[in-house]
Amino acid sequence: MTTTTTRRGDLRLRPPRNPVDPRAVGWWRTTLALLFGVPFAALVALGLLIPPARAWFLLPAALVAVVGVPLVLALPRWWYRVHRWEVTDAAVYTRSGYFWQEWRVAPMSRIQTVDTQRGPLEQRFGLATVTVTTASAKGAVKIEGLDHRVATELAERLTATTRATPGDAT
Amino acid sequence: MTGWAALDRRTVVVAALLMAGVSISAGVPTGIGIAQATSIGTALLWLLPAAALLVAGGSAVEYVRWRRTRYRLAPGRVELRTGVLVSRHRSLQRDRIRTVDITADPLLRAFGLVTVRIGTGEQSGAGEASVVLRPVRAAVGESLRRELLARADGRVAADGALATLDPRWIRYAPVSFLAPLLGVSAFGGVLQVAKWFGLQSEVIDRVLGLFRGVPLAVTLAVLVAVALAVGAVAALGLWVEMWWNYRLDREPGTLRVRRGLFTTRSTSIEESRLRGVELVEPLGARLAGAARVDAVATGITTGKDGDKPDHRTLLPVAPRATARRVAAAVLGEPPFDAVPLTRHPAAARSKRLRWALGGVATVAAVLALGGVLVAEVLLHAAWVSAVVLVPIAAALAVDAHRGLGHGLGERYLVARRGSVRRATVALQRAGIIGWTVRQSIFQRRAGLATLVATTAAGAGAYAVPDASCDDALALAAAAVPGLLDPFLEPPPAPVPTNGAFVAT
Repeated sequence: MTTTTTRRGDLRLRPPRNPVDPRAVGWWRTTLALLFGVPFAALVALGLLIPPARAWFLLPAALVAVVGVPLVLALPRWWYRVHRWEVTDAAVYTRSGYFWQEWRVAPMSRIQTVDTQRGPLEQRFGLATVTVTTASAKGAVKIEGLDHRVATELAERLTATTRATPGDAT
Repeated sequence: MTGWAALDRRTVVVAALLMAGVSISAGVPTGIGIAQATSIGTALLWLLPAAALLVAGGSAVEYVRWRRTRYRLAPGRVELRTGVLVSRHRSLQRDRIRTVDITADPLLRAFGLVTVRIGTGEQSGAGEASVVLRPVRAAVGESLRRELLARADGRVAADGALATLDPRWIRYAPVSFLAPLLGVSAFGGVLQVAKWFGLQSEVIDRVLGLFRGVPLAVTLAVLVAVALAVGAVAALGLWVEMWWNYRLDREPGTLRVRRGLFTTRSTSIEESRLRGVELVEPLGARLAGAARVDAVATGITTGKDGDKPDHRTLLPVAPRATARRVAAAVLGEPPFDAVPLTRHPAAARSKRLRWALGGVATVAAVLALGGVLVAEVLLHAAWVSAVVLVPIAAALAVDAHRGLGHGLGERYLVARRGSVRRATVALQRAGIIGWTVRQSIFQRRAGLATLVATTAAGAGAYAVPDASCDDALALAAAAVPGLLDPFLEPPPAPVPTNGAFVAT
């Protein structure tokens, strides 16, 4: 349909070069385990404390466990394969997403701010998240699950590069 | 103009009048209520002092605000000092100023006053990025506008009016989505007012009495027709108030929209901030062969602070040819006519059909479930809604797919989407500051991808939904040469960068 030289089905985005830190698997797993574990524990506790309604609490608890355990085991590994990042001299490039995969590219010359965040769980795993924003309200590029030293280094490098670029990046 | 200047002192009178108006509009229903319970004397005894207090208090606060508010145009800066209790000092850098809007509601106009809003359009910290001078004399407002937007370059000649109002455009007002909305809210308004006077049930009885002996379906049809008629009239009135005296001018380096019958508004957009335009065709307007033109510009803050969508409208709904002509005049080239659009694959249509029919099935299923569990009449509602909604949903889905398209001109990326609100955006290629490619599992299987161009202007991101994956990536690679190439497999052949990428 187009005059580009490639044939149909040929063109695709290659995966970014760097995987996230392997500890991100543990971090995601913990997050998911909390997400499913807290309701599970609450339901089980209620079921044990209120004998007349035991079935009404334990059945949903079982359901949460049946859904949760495979997800907790499988999803983080899958996400680890999906989440990748790369920083070249010209651009920041990431692949992320769960059921909707997302590739984001932000050119170095348009970067406005570089933030590093570390939530409590991330700190336990020695991880950090780097967020790169551009002048677009919707153009932020987020790199999750980096080793915190790598993240700091990356943020410094990006800040130095963008400071060297003149203009207001719009 | 370097010294500190004050706002116009008549603002105190305006505030007093405003408070008097509030007192009357709130006091009369309350007064009637009290008078009914006791006597007129008691009502007046209660309400008159309250009203006097309100007017005096409002004027006093406004007087203090007037005394404490000072602004000045310093070299390179606009400064505003304000604050009744906590004094605040705000300073805008002159070269960051993107918009200067002038509005005047009828009350201000009666005094020859205007409100000036000076914006830098920074996305962060809503409210921090603008200075509002309310009110100043109209002439002062105009000279502020001129001075703040005047740049050193006089190269762009004043073209004069790009568009002026054609009163015949009013025929598109009743087909907007606003009309039924206004009709429904008119009913709501009547019931609300009746409630204030305790007449709500009486009004309902009276209306039902009118339809005694008439089948329910006819009653409903009549009520809907009345709502639509009222809504259409209201939409006409609103259109006149909003768009009367409309004109779009190009002044050196600035686009200026002026409009309004009672409340006059003037919006100025710096052309160097313009990243493109959007041709918007809501369904009703599209069927009538009309379209609206919106600016895609940085520094037009979206969100609160009175920034409704019509804030960035360059041309109200007008015949499509006019809209295209104005868009071309604004951009300096006609991308909507010159760029052929590549259609999106059939898989995009299947996806839309699946979603549309899935939605109808969900509605029908919920109704049917209710029919089984609650009331049998819902079963009928289920099949009726299915019969009515399936063709509508299918038609919208097919139309949505037909609307999808993208193309690349020399300076602009053109993308079209939508059915109920069809929008064709022409986005400056130089204004694209990043790409997002999105693919769900289903899209991957169907070879589709959604390409999103992020930009500092307008909505922040403009999507090319469900293009074939190849087309999307080729488009992105060609639109901003060099940005995506290192990440593509196989490395693309060097694409001519002079805009030779065209759809066949």
